[in-house]
Amino acid sequence: MVDQAANSPLLKVDDLRTTFTIPAGDVKAVRGVSFSLDRGKTLGIVGESGSGKTVLARSVMRLNLGTNVTTTGTAVFEGTDVLTRSPAEMRQLWGTEMAMVFQDPMTSLNPLVRVQRQVTEHLCRHLNLNRSEARQAAVDLLREVRIPDPETRLRSFPHELSGGMRQRVCIAVALACAPSLLFADEPTTALDVTVQHQILNLLSREQADREMAMVLVTHDLGVVAGRTDDTMVMYAGTVVEHAPTASLFADMRHPYSEALMRSIPRTSFPSHTRLAAITGRPPDLIDPPTGCDFSPRCPYVQDQCVNEEPPLVETDDPTHRLACWTPVGSPEARVAFEKNLAAGLRQAVAVDLSTTRSPAGGVDG
Amino acid sequence: MGSFIATRLVRLVATLLVVSFLTFLLVNLLPGDAINALIPIEAQQDQEYVAQVRAEWGLDDPMLVRYGKWLGDAVRGDLGDSIVTSRAVSSEIAHRIPVTGELMIVTVIFSVLLAVPLGVMSAYREGSRLDQIISGGAQFALSVPGFVAGLLFIYVFAMKLGWFPATGWTRISNSISGNLMTVTLPALSLSVIEVAVYTRVVRSDLVTTLKEDYILSARSKGLKDGFILFRHALRPSSLTLITVVGLNIGLLLGGTVVVEFLFALPGLGKRLLDAIFQRDFMMVQGITVFVAMVYVVVNTLVDFVYLVVDPRIRKAD
Repeated sequence: MVDQAANSPLLKVDDLRTTFTIPAGDVKAVRGVSFSLDRGKTLGIVGESGSGKTVLARSVMRLNLGTNVTTTGTAVFEGTDVLTRSPAEMRQLWGTEMAMVFQDPMTSLNPLVRVQRQVTEHLCRHLNLNRSEARQAAVDLLREVRIPDPETRLRSFPHELSGGMRQRVCIAVALACAPSLLFADEPTTALDVTVQHQILNLLSREQADREMAMVLVTHDLGVVAGRTDDTMVMYAGTVVEHAPTASLFADMRHPYSEALMRSIPRTSFPSHTRLAAITGRPPDLIDPPTGCDFSPRCPYVQDQCVNEEPPLVETDDPTHRLACWTPVGSPEARVAFEKNLAAGLRQAVAVDLSTTRSPAGGVDG
Repeated sequence: MGSFIATRLVRLVATLLVVSFLTFLLVNLLPGDAINALIPIEAQQDQEYVAQVRAEWGLDDPMLVRYGKWLGDAVRGDLGDSIVTSRAVSSEIAHRIPVTGELMIVTVIFSVLLAVPLGVMSAYREGSRLDQIISGGAQFALSVPGFVAGLLFIYVFAMKLGWFPATGWTRISNSISGNLMTVTLPALSLSVIEVAVYTRVVRSDLVTTLKEDYILSARSKGLKDGFILFRHALRPSSLTLITVVGLNIGLLLGGTVVVEFLFALPGLGKRLLDAIFQRDFMMVQGITVFVAMVYVVVNTLVDFVYLVVDPRIRKAD
């Protein structure tokens, strides 16, 4: 039993689907996502706004509020499916086993409650600490997340702290009860660029020190590079590519991953280089397109892509999963690209312009 | 902080000046001559006597002069004498205010104690059957004026069940329990609309607050719903409630006039009504300015309550 528990993944998500029912129809925000995460490992989930990455994280944590949400599939955490747990059982998991750092530290701390209570209230509930023990724990936590002068800061209100400080407080809140799984939902998107690195480094260090599993949700491929063990690229509520981070960056196969990569601005570009934005818009999730969801925006699109949905399957490398009929670098892709370029297809022309004008290469840093 | 207080105090004084002047103007515009209240009609044949009384009361002075005189006395706490009873207006007010004051305070307490749990339940189960019942009930209660509720309560609780006296007032100095018996029905009658208003205000603010990120964040910490509702969500949702309670103090004073009349309570509202019928302009003027002062002071206090509730306002000033 013990061995089995140690060997089985901490979290195993299978065919997770989350749908929001709104007057205009059913928004299929997550459409059949499967992955697993081992203890102490890190997973990056990358995708643009509306790709379902936040909804996925919240579905696994059962934090999607409202009566119009339905989630199906399984999310087995520590041996039991969280999707079938009662609200009371979830409250036991929240904070102690699973915790979340939210996107905007300006709004995720209660503006009318002092830092001390926000950091300690769940400690008191879950670990039965008394007031002075909780206070000491709070001081230790704030010190751990590198907040100077923690004793004074405990008495502060959130509006008296800078954005970076607030996010550090949020991280302290999430770490307080020593969870085994931490979701960080775009933890640096709302912060200044100068602070982003510090916060990411803090998260990575805590993750390593505590041997805690972490899911890092971001729209920025640059954030996961070198920080997570695995990376999963999401598009329109599905996983399009999933691989160990190092091999993903070395051998990017999905046209959407490639497009995300191309849209990162680089300091090596000459000034006034036009950024290669992905042409078109994300698909309608109420009525998703047939075939591959990315086909209307893909420079390598061919007939099969429009008609048939590509399954997420292992490539020649079993750790690298991909859902694409014309993977980047394959002969089919080259043929399709030439054909699309000749036909003057918008997305193909845009890619052609950006690759011929600017030096190609990996991500800086 | 200092400038916050200073601004509010200057504003308070300015408001009182404007209100007292407007009241003076309005009372002067009332049809009928104050002389009719001062001397019986038969005695008005004596032109000399009439002129003497008019001069004595300054009725022939220009209005601004009379206002100046009145204001000069008023700032020293002398609101003049009633033309009907010749007693000082200020002592009449002092005699009547415990009744009206108690009625208003008890009404506000009843209303808030009922409205907050109702609003919280309604917002917590937004869209549920319970929410529909509470919101529908509030909608209905809004359309029930205090005197209708009062008549109903007198019929049910005084005449049929005999739990409370139908009319009259026992001073708190005479008997505390007797006092509570006489204040309950009038306060409940006034509370009906207040509860409805406050419930709706609490519900709508709380529904908005519950969609805030920090509520989701509190949930993700594994806190119980009740704790989140009362310790995280209620306080940010109470600013509108505080504002509306403050503003309603004015409406409530209007409401007490009718309810005091209905329950035959010796309060300020009833005294004001009598004074209007008697053309007792000094009394009308005095009570109105006093009521305006209470209203303005309460709403200035409300501004200070914001500071206590929301630390961000403390910083902004």
